[in-house]
Amino acid sequence: MTEPTIDRDKLRDIYTRTMRVARADEKFRSLLMTGKLAVIYYTVRGQELVSAAAMAALNQDDYLVTTYRGQHDQIAKGVPLNPLFAEIAGKVGGTCRGKGGSMHITHPETGVMVTTGVVGSGLPIANGLALASQNRGDGKVTMVCFGDGATNIGAFHEAMNMAQLWKLPVIFLCQNNRYGEHTAFADHTKVDSIVTRAKAYGMAGVKVDGNDAIAMYNTTKAAVDRARAGDGPTLIEAMCYRMLGHFFGADFSYMPPDHLAEMAAEDPLPRLRQLMLDHQFSEAELDAIVADLDAQMDAAAEFAANSPLPGPEEIRKDVFEEEIAA
Amino acid sequence: MSAQITMTQAINRAIDEAMAEDEGVILLGEDVAAKQGGGVFKISAGLTEKYGEHRVRATPISETAIVGACVGAALAGFRPIAEIMLMNFVTVAMDQIVNHAAKLRFMSGGQTNVPLVIRTTTGVGVGFGGQHSDMLEAWFAHVAGLKVVTPSNAADAQGLMRAAIACNDPVIFIENILCYGLKSDDPGPGHIVPLGKAAVAREGTDCSIITYGRTVLDALEIAERLAGEGISVEVIDLRTIAPYDEATVTASVEKTGRALVLHEAVKQYGTGAEIASRLNEKLFGKLKAPVTRIGGAFSAVPMANALEQAWIPSKDAIADAVRAAMNWKG
Repeated sequence: MTEPTIDRDKLRDIYTRTMRVARADEKFRSLLMTGKLAVIYYTVRGQELVSAAAMAALNQDDYLVTTYRGQHDQIAKGVPLNPLFAEIAGKVGGTCRGKGGSMHITHPETGVMVTTGVVGSGLPIANGLALASQNRGDGKVTMVCFGDGATNIGAFHEAMNMAQLWKLPVIFLCQNNRYGEHTAFADHTKVDSIVTRAKAYGMAGVKVDGNDAIAMYNTTKAAVDRARAGDGPTLIEAMCYRMLGHFFGADFSYMPPDHLAEMAAEDPLPRLRQLMLDHQFSEAELDAIVADLDAQMDAAAEFAANSPLPGPEEIRKDVFEEEIAA
Repeated sequence: MSAQITMTQAINRAIDEAMAEDEGVILLGEDVAAKQGGGVFKISAGLTEKYGEHRVRATPISETAIVGACVGAALAGFRPIAEIMLMNFVTVAMDQIVNHAAKLRFMSGGQTNVPLVIRTTTGVGVGFGGQHSDMLEAWFAHVAGLKVVTPSNAADAQGLMRAAIACNDPVIFIENILCYGLKSDDPGPGHIVPLGKAAVAREGTDCSIITYGRTVLDALEIAERLAGEGISVEVIDLRTIAPYDEATVTASVEKTGRALVLHEAVKQYGTGAEIASRLNEKLFGKLKAPVTRIGGAFSAVPMANALEQAWIPSKDAIADAVRAAMNWKG
């Protein structure tokens, strides 16, 4: 068996997307730590590469539905940093004029149609986006991201069955980060793997090491190609690890220290760096990518800080198409 | 005599017209396609043959997936219609309706919207019991971002359905099982009744009955009965329950000085409470009697016909409430 390969430009693309996610996450945590930001934030530390490699397999106009822990997905999909930072800060320059926040980032220009704060609710909606593409024949696919914790709610099962029944062009990307809120995988699910559930719906299912850039990209690409060809949906179970707590600042003493240490060895960031070096990217080139990203993060943080607060009139706007009376 | 149309035919025609005009109008629901007989109440009869199974999609029994798929298709620019067979089953999909359909426009800062119609049917008086009969309009009227509509006659059903499909926001469209066979003069093709506009179903000068859906028929019957006693009752058919036509309601009650809000739904915490409260805020001092409410009893809808008839607001109770308002001495 030959070693799986990947195009060099694609690898650079995945690295850049991964580091954009990682540097943004670090920036958010630093702003929160220093009190410059005081908002709810679900850190994506440990899951950067999963979404970077997955989104690198999509086109910009493909649809994405994600969840409250979704900044990695949104950034990897291409949501511009300035309005993203401003939205998380609740400013009028945000993607949603400060009315959505980190849990509801929406940016149709980059295909980010819904970010939901309700576990599992994105899957049925993804089916509808995919249904529209199927009827139109526009060739778009829809990806929906969710965690292992979302696979025990009814919406998951209803959506999986309907997607396969109608062969919808949708990719169900389960980022198995081993925790549903504070509950470890083995304490919420009896089967060993989420992907075994694909069988129950007659659906294609693949389990992949989400921290292996090449495997993650190739697995997603195959599912995207399948969906685009009209061959129906795929459930991908991407193994990863939520390296910090449920949300920023939350206690995570329930995560066993020895397991955390073991998983730290699987940290996708040094692993990807090594892969890049193995593919003859130079330290200098990689450092330059990160330095450029850090400058973008600083600029985005400044944009957010300088963006005005939304005024109370925003409460009456966007309830309906027509503004409601005061 | 002019041609007549039933409410079933009227709703079918409205959907048919909208589907003919716009490829993005699709219908999803249990049993809605021709293969399944065109729906339990035959509202979608004939549509599969015209528009195909990709636009008239019979679904599994999965209300969350049905409404969710419609939300997603609406986000992509379609105008989906979800048929949820009975209103109690809508509760299975509440997350998609309340957390998503209603809020995505707001939470996205107006970048996306959900032009979705959820058609559902219900009604007390057919012995379907506690889980197939509820009128839950107040649940949805309470949620910012949803419009709630219910027709009382066939012509309005056609016109309101066209308006609901054209609306760029989600609409809960409630049909009453007992009204499907009602006939109106055929309003002809292209008939539209704008959302948010009430109808004065009967003009009067002494007391306003504000109601919607099936109970409009009861109110009209009582108005006729009371006319024989010299009491002139005005009947307002809201047609759109939320947001309701406050201008028409306020003007009517300002004229009559007396108001009764009537609905089939349970009285407690119902839409009658909201309307009565707003009338008090607007017209306190001008009212000749307290605004009263009549609604269903505070229990599950019973199955036995004798109990069901005791549960539902009786025509005698409506007449008595109007008489009490007329005789109010303060």
